[in-house]
Amino acid sequence: MIYLDYQATTPLAPEAREAMLAWLGGPETSGFANPHSPHRPGRAAAAAVELAREQVAALLPAGGRVIFTSGATEAINLAILGRPHREGRILASAIEHAAVLDTARASGTAFDLIPVNGEGLVDAEVPIPPGTDLVCLMQVNNEIGTIQPVAELARRAHDAGALLLCDAVQGAGKIAAPEGADMIALSAHKLYGPKGIGALWLREGVALSPLLHGGGQEGGLRSGTLSPALCAGFGAAAALCTNLRISDAAHVEKLWTIARALLPHWALNGSETQRWHGNLNLRLPGLDVARLMSDCRDIAFSAGSACASGSGRPSHVLRALGLSAADTKSSIRIGFGRYTGEGEFAEALRRIDAVASLQMD
Amino acid sequence: MRKTIYLDHAATTPVLPAVREAVLRGFALWANPSSQHARGRAARAALEDARARVAGALGWEGEVIFTSGATEALAIGWGRARAERKLASAVEHPALLRLAGGALIPVDSAGRVVAGVLPEADLIAVQQVNNETGVIQPLAEIAALVRGRGGVLLADCAQGVGKLPLPDADLLAIAGHKLGAPPGVGALLVRDFALLEASGGQERGYRGGTENLPYILGLATALEAARDDAWLAGAADLRAHLEVELRALGAEVIAAQAERVPTIGAYRLPGVSASLVLISCDRLGIALSAGSACSSGSMKPSDTLLAMGLSEVQAREVFRVSIGRETTSEDIAALLAAIRAMVERAKGQGAR
Repeated sequence: MIYLDYQATTPLAPEAREAMLAWLGGPETSGFANPHSPHRPGRAAAAAVELAREQVAALLPAGGRVIFTSGATEAINLAILGRPHREGRILASAIEHAAVLDTARASGTAFDLIPVNGEGLVDAEVPIPPGTDLVCLMQVNNEIGTIQPVAELARRAHDAGALLLCDAVQGAGKIAAPEGADMIALSAHKLYGPKGIGALWLREGVALSPLLHGGGQEGGLRSGTLSPALCAGFGAAAALCTNLRISDAAHVEKLWTIARALLPHWALNGSETQRWHGNLNLRLPGLDVARLMSDCRDIAFSAGSACASGSGRPSHVLRALGLSAADTKSSIRIGFGRYTGEGEFAEALRRIDAVASLQMD
Repeated sequence: MRKTIYLDHAATTPVLPAVREAVLRGFALWANPSSQHARGRAARAALEDARARVAGALGWEGEVIFTSGATEALAIGWGRARAERKLASAVEHPALLRLAGGALIPVDSAGRVVAGVLPEADLIAVQQVNNETGVIQPLAEIAALVRGRGGVLLADCAQGVGKLPLPDADLLAIAGHKLGAPPGVGALLVRDFALLEASGGQERGYRGGTENLPYILGLATALEAARDDAWLAGAADLRAHLEVELRALGAEVIAAQAERVPTIGAYRLPGVSASLVLISCDRLGIALSAGSACSSGSMKPSDTLLAMGLSEVQAREVFRVSIGRETTSEDIAALLAAIRAMVERAKGQGAR
């Protein structure tokens, strides 16, 4: 089995797993305490949480703070529903993750979409409707990997008096942090950390109202007992991304070059250059993706985002690129990263290509 | 580091060895349960198996929505229940009190909701066990009354689950880390999805976000381990001894007249600040708390204790001892020795 679905989730880094073990302790240890307890084991747990916070903050711009959440979905909900002036309009790119689009729709405020071009890129010069108080633009798209002009749109959002929320789930730990954003959402399990934890980064001076009330943890912005193990795993994964940023990127670049050479007749969905190269979204007109997946059972790849998988709906991202419903359904997503071996990768791509070609005959 | 004598199990519990094993096994199932490929489907199968195990361990026939913990479960249960007028008791955990705001259902001096004077509402939220005093609410009576009026009962079972049978309620919040799973996982039990507005996303459209499968496997394992509850009788004996000795030192047992879980006790030494008790014990490596972990360290006196009629000064004198599976009579003896020494020191210094 080869795993080629790194946008859905990434393998847990052994270093992150190791960091978690100390905080999954039994009664013979004190590595289980509630980090909000003032006693000694509680203070030790709190120190581990703060170390993790610094490690995560190192992935993000200076001049802000990190609020731990249960994941990026919660971080995005907190940013959109807890933002300071909820009466304004929301402007979001048409290719945002469902966590952004569904939350914006559910928020009850007026909501506009920014279209993307055929390359899957937002035009940073897009008009910002009067009354907009929040602009949502992801850093790297989860389905097609395109890198969006966050800094440019953030500048224009600020000129228009709006805040910018950046879903950096797919870019964090892989490329430099988005500049100019006021709020940034992260997920640990897309950067080789554990599931069940993410973060919302807030630029200094951005005030939010909490969604989860209670014990008043995370400066009152997010109640609920923090898991020191999840925080430590997230922190270790983030630190590893910081240390391995250059070699991880070089590895992915090498795999990308292999893939492009092996699959010349597949069309690439989304920009080739403005893209995280660990994402290969390919289309072969007339391809029956379900059949391909069933013929390549030992290759874990995807027909779109995991979250929308199985829904049978055509991808809203590929539709936004201007693809027909039929073309969206003949597209596959291959995601790879740190732990993908070159040999197994090339072999898997050759098999996918060969099996797909048989369908076309 | 010296071994800690940990008497703060109501804040969080040590991770059970079987739970740790389950979490570690879960780390190997790291694919996204929403992915359609074989690895994703394997994760999905394990997730659904865990859901069935949770329901089975609890004897629950309704739905199970996994969450990041009880705080989130309560936020979903309270926030998305299809109910107009909602009321919570005055002794709820802050996770609910902050949501409820405004008028609250009063309690008697032992911290119990009096079913006979329960106001009318579409949704009533009453916890199963109070986190600060251990008081068990008369949920059977309350449920009968709420049902009779066609209302919905939301029960915060974070402290009761694994120690008491599930109460008869419609929406029940549980947390893993009060019974041997790590913090970061919990569930909302829902009698019927018709009671809740959907939110979209995972968990059948009732909770968005990739599921934390390793912790969910840990939660299922912890709930199954809780069936072995013989230790609770031992806990009751330890607490009974503790209370005899504390009374001899002049302490008052809070809510002594109420039915309480055997693992939690709240005590007040008149004239001695709980902070002093905590610091004295902490120096000796004994971990206790004043009220809840969430409010420890804040200067705010406990809402629960104030609702029971204690003054602010009295509320600040209350400390909590909470016992777990591994607590021994030596642990309790060490605590008593620490408190005895502290009381004698205070007397010697002529402190009030």
